[in-house]
Amino acid sequence: MLSKNKTGWLLLSPTIIILVLAGLVPFFYVLYVGFFQWNPLAVDPSLQFDGFASNYRRLIFDEIFLESIWRSIKFSVVTLSIELTLGFLLALSLLSSFPLKSFFRSVHTLPLVIAPIVVGSIFKLFTVQGLGPLPHILKDYFGYTLNYGLNAEQAFWMIVIMDVWHWTPFVTLTLLAGLSALPQDPYESAKIDGANNFQIFTYITIPMMVPVLIVVIFIRLMDSLKIVDEVWMLTGGGPGYATRFTGIHIWKEVFEKRYYGLGSAMSILYLYITIVICWVLYSVMVARGKNED
Amino acid sequence: MKTKKTFTKIGTTFLWSLLTIITLFPIYWMILVSTRTPVELFGKPDLSPTFFEKVHWKNFTKPFIDGIYSDYLFNSIIVATSNAALVTVLALMATYALSRFKLPGSESIFFWTMTNRMAPPAAFLLPLFLLFSTVFKFGDFTLFDTKIGLILLYCVFNLPFAIWLLKGIIDGIPRELDEAMIVDGANLFTIFRKLIIPLAAPGIAVTSLLSFLFAWNEYLLASTLTSVYARTIPTGLSEFVTTTGTNWGTMAAVALVSMLPALLFLFAVQKHIVAGLTFGAVKG
Repeated sequence: MLSKNKTGWLLLSPTIIILVLAGLVPFFYVLYVGFFQWNPLAVDPSLQFDGFASNYRRLIFDEIFLESIWRSIKFSVVTLSIELTLGFLLALSLLSSFPLKSFFRSVHTLPLVIAPIVVGSIFKLFTVQGLGPLPHILKDYFGYTLNYGLNAEQAFWMIVIMDVWHWTPFVTLTLLAGLSALPQDPYESAKIDGANNFQIFTYITIPMMVPVLIVVIFIRLMDSLKIVDEVWMLTGGGPGYATRFTGIHIWKEVFEKRYYGLGSAMSILYLYITIVICWVLYSVMVARGKNED
Repeated sequence: MKTKKTFTKIGTTFLWSLLTIITLFPIYWMILVSTRTPVELFGKPDLSPTFFEKVHWKNFTKPFIDGIYSDYLFNSIIVATSNAALVTVLALMATYALSRFKLPGSESIFFWTMTNRMAPPAAFLLPLFLLFSTVFKFGDFTLFDTKIGLILLYCVFNLPFAIWLLKGIIDGIPRELDEAMIVDGANLFTIFRKLIIPLAAPGIAVTSLLSFLFAWNEYLLASTLTSVYARTIPTGLSEFVTTTGTNWGTMAAVALVSMLPALLFLFAVQKHIVAGLTFGAVKG
């Protein structure tokens, strides 16, 4: 008979092996390659060392890369604020009863399970010039020309709209679950004290919802920082660099130009930025937890 | 007071109707496109529904019967099903170990598995591609462009989520029940079969469904790590983008078919899926 802990480790071992081989090993590998010049299509296709951290020194002055990071952060903040506002309002409205509520909620759940690449296809079919109804409707009724294949500003906002369409349901449903789980006592005492709806919302609902809100922000931020699929399908990162988010930029550098060394350094910086944002949010979460104790 | 309430009700219903239209309109248009010939799609968009006799079935038969997309579909089914099965079994074992044994550092192991979920896949494209095609090698066999490679790889993303979902449920099963069974001489396998699996059944179902969904929907890694033999439906969908003069009808048909399993799940077990997707978030 095995000792108790040995059995535990035995049960855990397949999970650990898979996560080490496909999670940890790639990380150290990319860290290693990031210190070399490596282009398999070049005259000399081997790893070459040209000075300590040369790729990183190059990246600090690589405007396209830095802009792609800035673009990703801007995109994440914009979509997050829209989705949070909209999702919170919708979640609040779902607390009251109105006709056809469960039908509306079911339809609202729909985008949640659709693959990002399919969402990209749906929006492509819906908005592309010469096929989609949206450019026609905008043109005929509002005199507005939608052609995000040429207009950089429109392309960016088209991706924002697509992301809001896709992920607001997640925010709504998560916040709704949080709202339904709130204790009722504070509301009753507030009503006895004569507080109005607005006061109840700002002084009771929001503070009590902060833990749930932080988790939603956390999950959505991580997801939108790594957006690739739907953008690739809809605009391919264009026009120009208008929708070239960091993930797409790395993909292009690595698999189109075959800059393996530089691409690795980019991956590490990208990972680093994501972890820093993660860590800041996590500290906020922990700090709040301590305040409440 | 009463009229005010009625007004809010009407307003809310109106708002949600509008929202429902915004949600459904693009999907409705995709379905329309999948039923039409290229000539019918030319010119001003026609939003009226297509009659059943007039459906252009060639959009579906061309990729799925004459074309390569039936292989893609088959690959997707194999990869997603095997991944869901593997993840569920491994996650059950791991969660049980994390929940019942006092393993040194089990908290950090739990946290570490979580970080795997958070990492952006694009950062791991290159190392995974190189590892799959050159390093993980057994004779002539590499993991590149194999279904096994994808099945194992998706575990990295699905296991953390699965462990997270199952942890709460298995922690909720009283330890005394296990101990009573051990006193009666049951081994680990019996404990799983008679106690853990029956009691955690809903959680296990949600876990495997969500794992299936993730594997079915994943695109970026599948498109990088496969070339011919293990391509899945999402990678096939992206192949429409690069060609000049896209056949929109066929593209819509493929998109529609690749959406079907998700829709089926949603209608069958909507409450559980939503609970599963939001469960962890609310608990934290």
